[in-house]
Amino acid sequence: MGLAVGLYGAAFGAAATASGLSVLQTCTLSLLMFTGASQFALVGVLGAGGAPVAAVASAMMLGARNTLYGLRLASPLGLRGLRRAVAAQAVIDETTAMALAAPNTAALRLAFTVTGSSLFVGWNLSTLAGALGSGLLGESAQVALDAVVPAAFLALVWPRLRHSSTDRAVAAGGALVALALTPVVPPGVQVILAAAAVGLGFGRWRR
Amino acid sequence: MIWTVVLAGSLGCYLLKYAGLAASPAILERPAVRRAVELVPAAMLAALVVVQAFTDRQALVLDARAAGLAAAVVALLLRAPFLVVLLIAGGVAALVHALA
Repeated sequence: MGLAVGLYGAAFGAAATASGLSVLQTCTLSLLMFTGASQFALVGVLGAGGAPVAAVASAMMLGARNTLYGLRLASPLGLRGLRRAVAAQAVIDETTAMALAAPNTAALRLAFTVTGSSLFVGWNLSTLAGALGSGLLGESAQVALDAVVPAAFLALVWPRLRHSSTDRAVAAGGALVALALTPVVPPGVQVILAAAAVGLGFGRWRR
Repeated sequence: MIWTVVLAGSLGCYLLKYAGLAASPAILERPAVRRAVELVPAAMLAALVVVQAFTDRQALVLDARAAGLAAAVVALLLRAPFLVVLLIAGGVAALVHALA
């Protein structure tokens, strides 16, 4: 997983500087935001010429799933005060997946701490490398990076698609809504509105 | 302007993470919330996949990224690990771009 995070982080660093962020702004995002999909969405909207509000909103809409992860992790982690405030920064896809795969509470806490701290270090170092190195990349490497980003999002959603036909319907709905809206709404807004596709899932569940 | 976006977005995302840890887990007991927990990420991630692969600003485009994504689908169907999926996607896109 470390190598994959390194590649993903370097891709973010390169994508962010290509979108017009400085190296310092790029590294600040990885330090303070520390949630990959939101960071890619934010620089994607900025790079596409979207409004600042759309950029922040996209990042937060995607970041909202971390709230849901936090709800699942709150009870087994059992943290209060400063420790909870620090742990919150590490509530992301990878740490939640590793923690919830643990067989018991002690293993869950260990998995969360180890995954969270190693990802934080790896993500920030690889972001810095990508941001500094992007100017050196040739055209082929830029094309490859552009393709790595959607592939990474696909790999994130893939396990859900494998398990549930409801998730497949919702994902297909989200993808179609986003593509259909791309020409008519400002960059970034289509992804926000695609969350409406969740209605599909609710519809199936109610029947 | 970019600094404002960076800092406001980061603060917002942190508060969203913290809210989950600090809120009552009883919220998860509600079926509607439970369904949203499971389905919102699927819709948003799928939207991001196609936006990042098939759009350029407000235009729908078909370029080397599509070939990379197709290769990623094959790799995922063959149960390749995350890193291999990313490398295959990037490699195929670069190859298609060079040949096109």
